[in-house]
Amino acid sequence: MTVSVTMDPLLTAESWVKSGRSVALATVMETWGSAPRQAGSHLVIDGEGNFEGSVSGGCVEGAVITEALDVIASGQPKMLDFGVADETAWRIGLSCGGRIRVYVERLG
Amino acid sequence: MQLAELARLNSARLQRRAAVVLTDISAGGSEVLVEGEGVPPALAGIVTGALRSGKAGLTEIEGRTLFINVHLPPPRLLVIGAVHISQALARMAPIIGYDLTIVDPRTAFATEERFEGVKLVADWPEDVLKEQPLDAYTALVAVTHDPKIDDFPLSEALKAGCFYVGALGSRKTHAKRMERLKEMGCAETQIATIAAPIGLDIGAATPAEIALAILAQVVEAFRRRDLAAEA
Repeated sequence: MTVSVTMDPLLTAESWVKSGRSVALATVMETWGSAPRQAGSHLVIDGEGNFEGSVSGGCVEGAVITEALDVIASGQPKMLDFGVADETAWRIGLSCGGRIRVYVERLG
Repeated sequence: MQLAELARLNSARLQRRAAVVLTDISAGGSEVLVEGEGVPPALAGIVTGALRSGKAGLTEIEGRTLFINVHLPPPRLLVIGAVHISQALARMAPIIGYDLTIVDPRTAFATEERFEGVKLVADWPEDVLKEQPLDAYTALVAVTHDPKIDDFPLSEALKAGCFYVGALGSRKTHAKRMERLKEMGCAETQIATIAAPIGLDIGAATPAEIALAILAQVVEAFRRRDLAAEA
């Protein structure tokens, strides 16, 4: 086994698309300050809101999943910015004090 | 990204080939470039740099904003000894994403039943290393206690510059081992880099706890290795 088959978002994404599910891929593009997942980290989301992987320590995944459902519906990619300066920091911000930029695109 | 591109990327990753994904943020669309399959000349510099650093990031090329993601093969973990600790290592390594192989010439230990689904070679390290030489992206973990089996791969690992070399055994056992490795031609400075007693000092007592201590030490060695020294 070369790549961990469990918990690998890209392998999960491939098998989801192949089984006919609509899937979005979220990718960390940039980070500033203290951020738990480095650039290039993935979260995959299907049309039902199931997900695998992460783009933060669990702080913003909820918001990314909601946006991903929009991206799946429209087919238009989105760039999302999350930072602690956000007024809704406790809901969709990073309590660790960093900022991240996440790109969400539809797969397939 | 299209399904065909995603499948190509995953296939490269499963074959331990490096790959780069370029996503055009301005126009949308992704391109997967697999090492050794040719890179458009305009992108060669950026792709080579990304593969060397392993770092993902945004960049501007000819007025386009591109995100470059880098997928490098995970480090290998070569375990000498199909012992109880190795059974735990074999279960933990895939979770960390390490590519594990176990070598033990003792066929009583190296059985399919004890290591189901694990890359297991019931052969002498001398023969196995001829086929699969060690490199800087390999960690060598020697856990048989038996000099006849452990010593050769340990000396080869030091010569090959494996990013981690660890050997099971008490301080007394290791002192004798160091003498033997010196006689085999290893430099004292190299011998001093062997992690022994093996594993981070977390008071590990059971085989599974020792496996955890070893894996944690391997990850530490990989993440904190001196990249400047490699270049």
